[in-house]
Amino acid sequence: MIESPPRKPATLRIFLFLASLVVTASALHAQDWVRTGTNLGVTRIRIAAADFKAGSPDSQTGPLKSAFDQTLYNDLRYAGIFDVVSKSMIPNVMPGSPQEINLPQWKADPSNAAMVAFGTLAVSGGHLSVQGYLYDTTPGTPNPQVLGKQYGDTATADASRMIAHRFADEIIERLGGVPGIAETKIYYVSGHGGDKEIWVMDYDGMNERQLTHLGTISLSPHVSPDNSRVAFSSLGRDGWSIRMYSLDLGRLVSFPQWGDTTLSPAWSSDGNRLAFSSARTGDPEIYVSDASGTGARRLTAFRGPDVSPVWNPKTNAQIAWVSGRTQLPQIYIMDSDGANISRMTDGGYATSPSWSPSGQFLAFAWNRSYGPGAPGGEDIYVMDIASKRWTQLTHDAGANDFPSWSPDSRHIVFQRELNGHTEIWMMLADGTDQQQLTHGGGTNTMPNWSWK
Amino acid sequence: MEYSKRTSLVAAAGLAVLLTLAGCHKKKEAPPPPAAPAETAPAPQATINANPTTIAPGESSVLTWKTTDATNVSIVGLGQVASSGTQTVQPTQTTSYHLIAQGDGGTADATATVTVATAAAPTPPPTESGIDENAFEQNVKPVFFDYDSYDIRPDAQTTIQADANFLNQHTELKVVIGGYCDERGSTEYNLALGENRANAAKQALVTAGISPDRLRTVSYGKEKQFCTDHTEACWQQNRRAQFTLDQ
Repeated sequence: MIESPPRKPATLRIFLFLASLVVTASALHAQDWVRTGTNLGVTRIRIAAADFKAGSPDSQTGPLKSAFDQTLYNDLRYAGIFDVVSKSMIPNVMPGSPQEINLPQWKADPSNAAMVAFGTLAVSGGHLSVQGYLYDTTPGTPNPQVLGKQYGDTATADASRMIAHRFADEIIERLGGVPGIAETKIYYVSGHGGDKEIWVMDYDGMNERQLTHLGTISLSPHVSPDNSRVAFSSLGRDGWSIRMYSLDLGRLVSFPQWGDTTLSPAWSSDGNRLAFSSARTGDPEIYVSDASGTGARRLTAFRGPDVSPVWNPKTNAQIAWVSGRTQLPQIYIMDSDGANISRMTDGGYATSPSWSPSGQFLAFAWNRSYGPGAPGGEDIYVMDIASKRWTQLTHDAGANDFPSWSPDSRHIVFQRELNGHTEIWMMLADGTDQQQLTHGGGTNTMPNWSWK
Repeated sequence: MEYSKRTSLVAAAGLAVLLTLAGCHKKKEAPPPPAAPAETAPAPQATINANPTTIAPGESSVLTWKTTDATNVSIVGLGQVASSGTQTVQPTQTTSYHLIAQGDGGTADATATVTVATAAAPTPPPTESGIDENAFEQNVKPVFFDYDSYDIRPDAQTTIQADANFLNQHTELKVVIGGYCDERGSTEYNLALGENRANAAKQALVTAGISPDRLRTVSYGKEKQFCTDHTEACWQQNRRAQFTLDQ
């Protein structure tokens, strides 16, 4: 699970993107800042998504079909590897099956699609069934069918969107080389009144659901690699403790409550260990325990704040974290036994590291010119760990914090405070295609992308 | 706007790095990270003193302050003031006057403390019970911290001593020390910093003779604020260790 061979292309792509910065920087010097380009480093495949054909007269068909069509279109657009033909440029037809599609029509101007997704959606007796196809429009292709899939579920809008996510992930994996992220979740904190609770939503911002009802301040949700539990920190009478929510049981499960300002739990990628910050000695330090909270061992011993640990998910042999040992917080890396400490950032105010699934990059929040009187704006950066070379992903758009990598290493979700409102956004790992996922109704912060 | 000016400086620095990288990209090792953009404006300077520094209740003291290279000068509790000046103050209790000078070249601050001699002031007998939260907060004052710091300032030592005196007279009281941070910076880091602030205040009280068994710390980071304006005066109010009755 940790390393699958098809992962490499995505990593290479981002590498290319980072490397391409060097080459293109001089050509872009007239701009306000260095733009990172329009894709993740390779030519995007031009793909069209036909509106699916309604395969039944049932009155539910219309609403479920529009939920499906919209979700599939957005998933392909968000994937970061396609040039998706705009809905206004596709042929005004709804082919429901391979017999009904005229491939040259999709290949021709103005759609110019290299690939086309199409199919039929039908509702009958409360049951939803979808047949989806992906065809190559290249003339003379002996077998143009790339995918043919059939899905069934109960006839609800949520199920219709989920089937679209599954079909999109099939297309993305087939054409992009790594599994898509359309079925992943984002855990986050939502504040209403004085309280903050843990919530979850689909990766595209739909299907928001409240998990905890503790009536206090809960922060820093981190989902376990197997999607069974969410660890977070919560303010109780004795201060901050780690709490554990079981997604299988739909309730909190027991976990040692230390108090002592115990913060920011993070899972190792094998799900066997947690790293966190605790001030049981009177000074916040990084600890590691097993997944049940026992066997805690202290890794750091420096005066000053140490918080926000995150494991290298590739090896679980290193931990990145934030330390204030030299005053303003900086990002550091150490071995997971506390040895070989290395400082990664060279100044400013650097917090909230997230380690890419490939193991090669850190995303974090950084304000390079922070100081007394500064407005406190901060941006998301990505650093190549081996070279410590970094690039800035967000620019001139509020205060950005808490980046979290998607499992495909192509996307980053983060929080953005703009005009007094904090919402959750996602973008490609080169900073492009920024999309707002949450919209009002409180403050939405500290997103954490599920592992699968 | 200061923000966009700053960010374009950052952008310029980023561009400079990339150009540097472009110039020597064949080298095996990455070049060292860049220095922060050079500040052209001189850094502000600030001094403040009080005369006399100790007064009896009802008496007054004169504050005199001077700043250079500052565009925005304020004294916490008094608000915006001229770049240099004097002002007569008549505090009813020991008060620290925190001068903040902000300019294009950065920020400077200085503090003067006027101690109000309270030897003659009536203090409740140690046996008295029923100290309520209100009476407690009037006698056990919060201590304030510098930006991104959890060191007890010299002016806070006076406060700590007065707090310890009261707690030594009321040995039945237990105390929660809350650590607070201003709204800037990151949530998790501020929770850790708030814990360091609360613990610094706890250690100062322990040094002043209070048993650690009577003291417990809770960090509120930037989750709870005393003041919600986006000004340095307000941020200073929020960078504190606050004492409340542990009930």
